[in-house]
Amino acid sequence: MAVNRLRNALSTPRKGETHELRSGLVSQYAYERKESIQKTIMAMTLGKDVSVLFPDVLKNIATPDLDQKKLVYLYLMNYAKSHPDLCILAVNTFVQDSEDPNPLIRALAIRTMGCIRVDKMVDYMEEPLRKTLKDESPYVRKTAALCVAKLFDLNAALCIENGFVETLQEMIADSNPMVVANSVTALSEISEAAPETKALVVTSQMLKKMLLALNECTEWGRITLLTTLADYRPTDTKEAENICERVSPQFQHVNPSVVLAAVKTVFLHMQHIDNPTLHATYLKKMAPPLVTLVSSQPEVQYVALRNIDLLLQKQSNILDKEMRVFFCKYNDPPYLKLTKLEIMVRIANSSNFDQLLAELKEYSMEVDMDFVRKAVRAIGQVAIKIEESAEKAVNVLLELINTKIGYVVQEVIVVIKDIFRKYPGYEGIIPTLCSCIDDLDEPNARGSLIWIVGEYAEKISNAGDILAGFVDGFNEEFTQTQLQILTAVVKLFLKKPDESQGLVQKVLQAATAESDNPDIRDRAYVYWRLLSSDPQIAKNIVLSARPQITSTIPVLPGPLLDSLLPNLSTLASVYHKPPHTFIGGGRSSALQAAAIEEAKQNARENPIAAAAVSAAIAGGPTPSTGGNAENLLDIDFDGAAPASMQKAPAVGSSGLEGLAGTPQRVASPTSAGGGGGMDDLMGMFGNTNGTIAGQMNGNAGNGLINGFAGLDMNGGQPPPPQDQLGGTGNKQTKEDLLGLF
Amino acid sequence: MLSGILLFNQKGELLIMRAFRQDMRPRLADVFRIQVISNPSIRSPILTLGSTTFSHIRSENIYIVGVSKGNVNAALVFEFLYKLVSLGKSYFGRFDEEAVKSNFVMVYELLDEILDFGYPQNTETDTLKMYITTEGVKSERALEDSSKITMQATGALSWRRDNIKYRKNEAFVDVIEDVNLLVSASGTVLRADVNGAIEMRAYLTGMPECKFGLNDRLTLGENGADVSLGGPVGNKSGQKASKAAAGSVTLEDVSLHQCVKLSSFTNDRTISFVPPDGSFQLMTYRATENVNLPFKVQVIVNEIRKSKVEYSIAIRANYGPKLFATSVVVKVPTPTNTASTTHRVTQGKAKYEPSENVIVWKIARFTGQSEFVLSAEAELGATTQQKAWSRPPLSMQFSLLMFTSSGLLVRYLKVFEKGNYSSVKWVRYMTRAGSYEIRF
Repeated sequence: MAVNRLRNALSTPRKGETHELRSGLVSQYAYERKESIQKTIMAMTLGKDVSVLFPDVLKNIATPDLDQKKLVYLYLMNYAKSHPDLCILAVNTFVQDSEDPNPLIRALAIRTMGCIRVDKMVDYMEEPLRKTLKDESPYVRKTAALCVAKLFDLNAALCIENGFVETLQEMIADSNPMVVANSVTALSEISEAAPETKALVVTSQMLKKMLLALNECTEWGRITLLTTLADYRPTDTKEAENICERVSPQFQHVNPSVVLAAVKTVFLHMQHIDNPTLHATYLKKMAPPLVTLVSSQPEVQYVALRNIDLLLQKQSNILDKEMRVFFCKYNDPPYLKLTKLEIMVRIANSSNFDQLLAELKEYSMEVDMDFVRKAVRAIGQVAIKIEESAEKAVNVLLELINTKIGYVVQEVIVVIKDIFRKYPGYEGIIPTLCSCIDDLDEPNARGSLIWIVGEYAEKISNAGDILAGFVDGFNEEFTQTQLQILTAVVKLFLKKPDESQGLVQKVLQAATAESDNPDIRDRAYVYWRLLSSDPQIAKNIVLSARPQITSTIPVLPGPLLDSLLPNLSTLASVYHKPPHTFIGGGRSSALQAAAIEEAKQNARENPIAAAAVSAAIAGGPTPSTGGNAENLLDIDFDGAAPASMQKAPAVGSSGLEGLAGTPQRVASPTSAGGGGGMDDLMGMFGNTNGTIAGQMNGNAGNGLINGFAGLDMNGGQPPPPQDQLGGTGNKQTKEDLLGLF
Repeated sequence: MLSGILLFNQKGELLIMRAFRQDMRPRLADVFRIQVISNPSIRSPILTLGSTTFSHIRSENIYIVGVSKGNVNAALVFEFLYKLVSLGKSYFGRFDEEAVKSNFVMVYELLDEILDFGYPQNTETDTLKMYITTEGVKSERALEDSSKITMQATGALSWRRDNIKYRKNEAFVDVIEDVNLLVSASGTVLRADVNGAIEMRAYLTGMPECKFGLNDRLTLGENGADVSLGGPVGNKSGQKASKAAAGSVTLEDVSLHQCVKLSSFTNDRTISFVPPDGSFQLMTYRATENVNLPFKVQVIVNEIRKSKVEYSIAIRANYGPKLFATSVVVKVPTPTNTASTTHRVTQGKAKYEPSENVIVWKIARFTGQSEFVLSAEAELGATTQQKAWSRPPLSMQFSLLMFTSSGLLVRYLKVFEKGNYSSVKWVRYMTRAGSYEIRF
């Protein structure tokens, strides 16, 4: 009685929605009860807390109405955590239902039991689970198979003790393809969460079963099986050939994700086949389905395109003849357009560049600024990749300059600078470039033009005047541009000493006395001392021949690419990042550990090349250093944490970063972004050989070098979000600095 | 795999939230709303924050979001979301805010059935409709049925149930082609290809085994050998002769419905299958060679002054005079600062749509070999921004019966069944515009 009174006092007032629902739930009419349950679920969806109704909803669990049962179960799953004790009241119904003559109900019971994550429930699950795993109906068996994975997640020890994992392994030999698929799914989930269980070790017997089930199960089951097959290491060539042969018919499946999974499997197993003609055959077979993916839904297309990009980096020739499919449609979403551009550049060769350049020119006239810039950049990439195309590309670029659209012109200048770095003989267009000097307002474009002027000072009659204009406004320029002005003026002075003595003094004066940027001051001092010691040495250093650039198309480093290929069609392949860089701790920690282990092995085999990867990993395993974003999101969201919510928007304002394939905070060495651009520019100053650098070392003293090394070469960029950038980043910067001298 | 599914309306109100794993927190819905729906600068369909990934698609006026942790199969997630949409459409007619709101119990029920622990299960509409119905299945009544249902839901022939009977055995085959065209400003065809689909409606008794033949010449074969689809490979030279007579078509790639035996297709190129009951898509294909373009478009656009643009557009039908295209719509883009337009047409009706910045020219019936002309002028208003007009391409929509752009024909459809009944087959062809764009 006292309890009752207490409850009455604590419960919500008799009026109001909750009360109404409650009276409906205990109504004597079945239809009213059902309606109230529906309303309760509706309120739950809207985020209202209806957990006070728990006991009343529970009363409706024993019902012959399957719909109603499902709704009650849904409610149970949601609120079981907050009412663990009351859940026990439902156990009886579950156990009864799991023996119901109707297989649908048996399956529903076992499915729901696995989702009620209450410790006490676990004890009661054993028996029903054991029974349903051996059920006569395949529908129940396939549901029970997944339930083992749920139980493992809750209580791994209990799961192993009861031999459920072994039962699952036996179930791979089941006669029903869907049971096979779900057993494999559950096993791979278990072995991912706890590799030490060795739950999924594919034997040749299992392999046979899986290949057999592959042709018969649902599309989703096929993906599971294909993914497992892809991870399998074949024992010999014969086996690999067999797998490829059995899997390749799946290329014709209507579901794009099945096709991608099949491509992945065949592509990985091909590596184990020695026969080159067979290789060629499979590559040829792969091409048409890949192209077909480009006509699927935009989001699926996006995943497919990112994967095609990866495949092309490994096998550049698979889609040689398919350039036209990748042409952008006017109303393609921007993320597709940008990805298509990257792919077109990779496919470009001497027979199709004509077509591509015409298309790129068309894109450069569009309105989307990012897309236009990328298109212009792509023109440069094609020119540098294919020598025959250079002349045509330069003509296209000149036409674009005539459009006089600000951002187009600026991008064109940057691109032409790169072309100059590869091909001599286009000096004739310099006057055209110089004529648009006043339109340039971006540091990169200004820097590029100044570099061109400095580099070809002897051929430009009014180089002195142009640079004098920049020197006058020296203090207002961006740091990056200031550095370029310095170098260009010094070059001019070395080429035409009589005309520009005053200018060089003026700029050095400005840089050393008026600038408060140590980077600029230091460089000015270096030049100053260099010039005052011996002009001949200065000439050797500043005007030495530059190494030719070979390509401006971004490529992933080999080990990274190899680690991404087994991840085809997953998120990692979309971001082009190894999984551990964007996935925090928690469930996937095992996966992470495995990845680290693999990378370490790589490092042993190929220490230098793997440096980049391992540096990235360094940031991974310790989530505490792994970026604030991570912590922000993994804060318990159930608890009211408004502070974290307010911060979140700032973190995620990554509309465009997301486009590049990855949110900014998962940046890895390959996409050091702005930093890379700077490196390029720095490299331009004339990478002299080591001996001269050594000499310089002696002259300028170590102090200077150290001073440089401490600088933040990323300029205005915020410091790298994750420590992973640290190792290689610094090293590269140092190397660049050395190259400078 | 998937931790949960979220459905939002356009305003960012949560319609459905279904968690499949414990790491799906209610707060994640707020995160998505703030990060994606109310953030116009987001342009990628995938967003990873911390260890949580949101993959979203849009259908009508709702967002469908898959929430996942870990390195999931992104292609699978998107494909699944689209499957959910098509499932919703076949259940509720359309899958928009209205439909979700009024059927939210069904949506929960469906989600419960097609996803278990975040792994997609059976998503075949026909099978699901057997035990997830709008009336609800009473467990006593359905007792005998449900064991059959579950057998079918997991069996090798999950798409067809036993004991189907029809008095009249009929099969309808629709060959539907979407022709894609991109013509450059100078009139050269940059891209012309066909995405085709063969849709079938089968009303056949029992467990019929169908064989299907087209006039195609698949170049998928290893040695580039031409293997015809028609029947067993016998006398090669003899076959070639017959093929040439039929005028064969080269298909770049085909994807087949899951009822088609892929292994027998790989071996000898026969398309044999046990069809689902009712309508389904048997195959899709791509063709890029010898595409017959139904319409030839000539566009002349002059920007006369800063304030006036002149159009002259001539469209000629390239198909036989007995055929006619219906619902032809031509969209002629105008500059964004268009104030008013005047137009004259020789057929149909033209109208300026300020919201889309296009002149819409509609022709209800376009007879073969005829030519129609639109001449128009657009008066431009003064603007502050001096940006050049980007000239979006002119686009066309149409549908044309009894014509295939690729030239594909159905040569035969054979039905084998124990009952040995005779069946009637109907074949229909249609060509529609996919993205039919002409730059100018």
